[in-house]
Parts: sequence; structure tokens; C-alpha cells
Amino acid sequence: MDMYRIPVGAVIEAIIDFLVDHLAFATRGFAAITSTGIDWIVSALMYPPPIVVMLVFTALAWFLSRNWKIGLFTFLGLFLIWNMQLWGATMSTLALILISTLIAVGIGIPMGILAALSQTAYKIITPILDIMQTMPAFVYLIPAIPFFGLGAVGAIFSTVVFSVPPCIRLTCLGIKQVPKELVEAADAFGSSKSQKLFKVQLPIAKTTIIAGVNQTIMLALSMVVIAAMIGARGLGGEVWRAIQRLEMGRGFEAGIGIVIVAIILDRVMQQYGGKGQAQQGE
Amino acid sequence: MEKIVVEDVYKVFGPSPEKGIEMMKQGYSKADILEKTKNTIGVAGVSFTVKEGEILVIMGLSGSGKSTLVRCLNRLINPTSGKIHVADTDVTALNPEELRQFRLKHLSMVFQNFALFPHRTVLDNVAYGLEIQNVELSKRRERAMEAIIQVGLKGNEDSYPSQLSGGMQQRVGLARALALDSDIMLMDEAFSALDPLIRSDMQDELLQLQDKMQKTIVFISHDLDEALKIGDRIVLMKDGFIVQSGTAEEILTNPADEYVAKFVQDVDMAKVITAESVMLKPKEMAYYETDGPKSALRKMRHSHISGIFVRKDRKLLGYVSAEDASEAVKRGDHTLEKVTQTDIETVRLDTPAVEIIPLLARSNYPIPVVDEAQRLKGVVIRGSLLAGLAERGTE
Repeated sequence: MDMYRIPVGAVIEAIIDFLVDHLAFATRGFAAITSTGIDWIVSALMYPPPIVVMLVFTALAWFLSRNWKIGLFTFLGLFLIWNMQLWGATMSTLALILISTLIAVGIGIPMGILAALSQTAYKIITPILDIMQTMPAFVYLIPAIPFFGLGAVGAIFSTVVFSVPPCIRLTCLGIKQVPKELVEAADAFGSSKSQKLFKVQLPIAKTTIIAGVNQTIMLALSMVVIAAMIGARGLGGEVWRAIQRLEMGRGFEAGIGIVIVAIILDRVMQQYGGKGQAQQGE
Repeated sequence: MEKIVVEDVYKVFGPSPEKGIEMMKQGYSKADILEKTKNTIGVAGVSFTVKEGEILVIMGLSGSGKSTLVRCLNRLINPTSGKIHVADTDVTALNPEELRQFRLKHLSMVFQNFALFPHRTVLDNVAYGLEIQNVELSKRRERAMEAIIQVGLKGNEDSYPSQLSGGMQQRVGLARALALDSDIMLMDEAFSALDPLIRSDMQDELLQLQDKMQKTIVFISHDLDEALKIGDRIVLMKDGFIVQSGTAEEILTNPADEYVAKFVQDVDMAKVITAESVMLKPKEMAYYETDGPKSALRKMRHSHISGIFVRKDRKLLGYVSAEDASEAVKRGDHTLEKVTQTDIETVRLDTPAVEIIPLLARSNYPIPVVDEAQRLKGVVIRGSLLAGLAERGTE
């Protein structure tokens, strides 16, 4: 006897098909614009000689972290990448991360604020985040193709979906962790909701929010590599090609490149978040 | 004039507050109501008033509802029922925007754990209230600076709160409230987190500031000594009810029930009893303009006293002892000029007994009690002071 099979997959597919039929013109349009943007950023990074870009990144890392060790590591790391002939791939990976992170933070921080301030929003958003974080990352690649086509934009879409949860969660947590007395003080002096948010809650939650942004960057980095499967270029593309051709050495070189990029971004963000705290003498 | 009028205010936390109030009125206890309805009684039918320019201390142990009550005044907590009028405004009827405006204009607050903003300097913390009123930058800095100077923190305006000691942090909290020209200040256990010596200093300073400012202050405290020291009147709370209210002396000398009595039994009466309540009417005075040594001596003999206070221009001038007066008579003096001791100690009507005791021990004359115009109101002698202490101490 055949058991009745609940059509979970069929329903989801029908929904996505429906959305694709009716929204594809918009998403494809968006894809066209975004991919032009990515091309611009990549060509801007590729136009000057690599040594100039290296120095600019080194200066930026040192300036943001105020730590010469991080500056030195940035320079040496980028030099190694350039030497391994992964410069172009690294630049396109950086461009993908930059854009996905900007979009993820642009969505994540407002959502986090909403979840922190409204109990209803919190109850709706939390289970969605739980699903988003437990779903295997590869699954997000599938709907990306019909909406955005193969290539960088689809990769950005799935990267944003994958990397936005910690930004939302930690923004929400940061605001909820602001001591009750401080919120009371803001209220007692007659602050409006937006004054309370911008003058008290967000500044005090800043460290936690930056930690969330940092996690988003790290997740974006790992997803950008996976997204090579749907045609995102960059370091992930190098790894993907090495797998297909069983080029062990090449694969590890690209892997090391990813690790270097990850360490630079992580240390700079951590120092930047920590600096805010040191300023308050804590 | 009544600045704050609180009428029959209830605050019940829980799923069915109205039911909680009903049961409260039927006489169920706090524990019964919690068990049967899951409602917690915060404040139970409280009524009191605060006069303009007065310091009212609301006192009780933790869980007595005092912090909830003070938060009802500016509606950080919304009362379940009852009426609260502050500065002729029905606070309970304000909509959120009106409430915000009302808080801006009338109410400032000082918190137990200071509640300073860690990301702002002292100056920016103090200027916060002005900033959200959109006072322009130079003006709010100026006013914040004035408040900082008032609380004695000049030179620390660029520090962050975490760089200051507890006492200094609470001065910032106080300055933040003072920078606003609000007429009412709510102080929630403002000094409780400070160590005893600093607490005592802060109390003195608050009283000094209050002499100048004449704000209406509602002060929450769990410390009876503090309440007695700074409160013009005291409201004592237990389990959400008001057990007793009145001046310090009324509460101490006539505790309403066992709870109050237990609260007050450790209080050193000498700190509470004032010169006014233990002084005697002066029996006789000498007039500097008209009395000579001879008539002064006669007045002393007549009233059976061994010395007499001398008055000039209706003010207390000094003291003449019987021995000095009789020597002057022998010398043939005609005025009291040479025998009047003018460097005598005086106390005010509200000087506590504890400060009079050492004066009495040092001096060989009774301690005169004077008013602001230096007019003699009474004298304190050893016997009257001890009698006063004994009488009230053994309730």
C-alpha cells in the first residue's frame, strides 16, 4: 500500500516557481544592476598596480585597528596572495564580501532593532532565524539561480541569506542588554523613542553590534566560497576548480588565501569593536 | 501649596490586576493573592501629598513598594488605578507625547545605581536632559557646567563615568538632574549604593543645595537615619501600604504600630530630638541698655539662677554670671559692659540634641537657643536635655 506523501517539496517548488514567474523581471533587473556594481568594484581594485592596493589595505587595517602588528600581517599576507598569483581571485572575493556584507548589515541592523523593540516582531523573527541558520547553506544556492541567474549576483543573494542572522541576533541582543536603569533614565528625562534609540541604546549596544557584523563578515566569507558552485568567481572558484581537477596544491593555495583574508577582516573588526570600549575606559 | 497629590493609587503586577485590587479590598493578604491569582501587589491604595519645596522621604524595606510608587509619579510604571496630580496636572490622564513633554518640564530623577551613560563624558551626561530638549550646544554646555560646579565636580567634566568613584558618579547623577530646571526631583535610593561616610557627605550637600533651590523632592530610602536627616516629612511603607506618615519626631515618639516601632527602636534619640523640644523658657533677661550689675544680680536672685543672658536691640548679646556681676557691683560699675561674655555658644531651634551635649559639657552656662534674628527663644540646661531624651527614648 502506498503511503500518502505530504507534498512539502512540491509546495515549496510551486511557490518559488510562482515567485519566479512574477518577480523574475525585477530580480533579473536587480541582478543586472548589481553585477555592473561588482564589475566596477573589481576593476577599481584591479586597475592600480597590486603593490598600491596592498599599501592602501595595509594603511587602512593599521588605521582602523591602531595596531602595527595587524598592519604588518596585512601587508605580508597580501604579498603572499599576490605571489601565489591569486590576486585577481582575491579581489573579486573581496568585492563579493563587501557588497554582501553591506546588504546584510543594511537589512540586519534595522531588523535587529525591530526585534529588540517589539515583542511581536521578536516572536516572528526568531523562528525564521532559527530555520535560516540550521538549513544547510547549499540549499540557498538553488533558488538563487532562477531569480538571479548563474554568477556573482546569485552568490550574493545566497550569501546575504546565510550571513544576516548573526547581525540581526546580536543587534537585538545588544539593545536588550542595555541596563534597564539606563533605559529608565532616558525615559525619565523625557526622551522620545528615536532619541532613546540613537543617543542611548545603539551607542551602548555598539560593541555587541560590531561583534555581529564581524560574524556576518566571516559567514559571508565562507558562503562566498561555497557560492563558487553557482558560478561566483574568486578564491572559491579556484578551490572549486582544484576539486574538479584534483589539483591538491592549487586547492590549498587558494584555501590559504581565504584564511589570510579571513584573519585580516576578523582582526581589524575585533580591534575596531574593542577600541570603542577602551574609549569608555572599561 | 500641594505640589504632588497621590490619591488611592494601586499597582498590581500580573495577569488580572483588577481582580488583585478587588481581593486587596476584601482584605486578602499579599501572599494569598499571589497564590490564588498570580498577581503581585506593588502598591496598595496609597494616598499622600507633597508640599512645594518640601523633602518627602518614602521609606520602607525592599519589597515594600516604595520604588514602584515613585515610578508611578512619572509613570515609568503605570498605576493600575488611582489619581496622581503633579504640579496641577493629572499625570494618569496624559497620552505618551504629553507625558514626555511633562517629564521634560517638571520631573528629573536620580537613580540608585547612578544610571549614567557609559559612552558619554560627565559633561555630556549632565547635558543629556538639555540635549533632548534641543537646547543649543553652547547654552547646554554652559548650564551643564554650572550644575557640575554646583556638585563640586569641576575639572572632571571630560572624564567618563567609569573613571570616577561611586560618590563622584552619583554627583554626576545629581548634576544631571539639577541641570534641568525642573521643579520636582525624584530620588530613588540615590545614596544607598555609597559607603556610609560618602553617603553622609552627600546628604549634607543635598540639604545645602536644597536651601538654595527649594525644589520639591521625593526621596526613596530604606535607611531610617537618612530619612530622619533629610526628610521634612516621612512616609513609611510596608507591603505596599502606608503604615505611618508624619515628621521624624512624630514617627519616633509615637510609632503607629509594631512594624514602625521595630523600625525606629535602633535610632539614637539624640539625633532626632531638637533643641526646640527640650529647651526651657528663659526666666529672666537683663537689658544691656538699662540694667546695671546691681539690677542684673537682683533679677538672678529673684529667679534663683546663677547667671543671666543679656539682650541688646532685641538680640542676644551675651551672658553675665552671678560672680562677675557681684564683683562689678563691688568695683562700682554702672553698666554691664565689662562683665558680659559675648563669645558664648548658641544653637538653633532645629539643632539636634547630639550636637548640644558636647557644648553643655564644655560650658559653665546654659546653652541659649536663638532664631534666625538672634533673638533668644529658650535655654537648654543639662536637666532639661536629659529629661527630654529619657522621656522619648523609653517608649
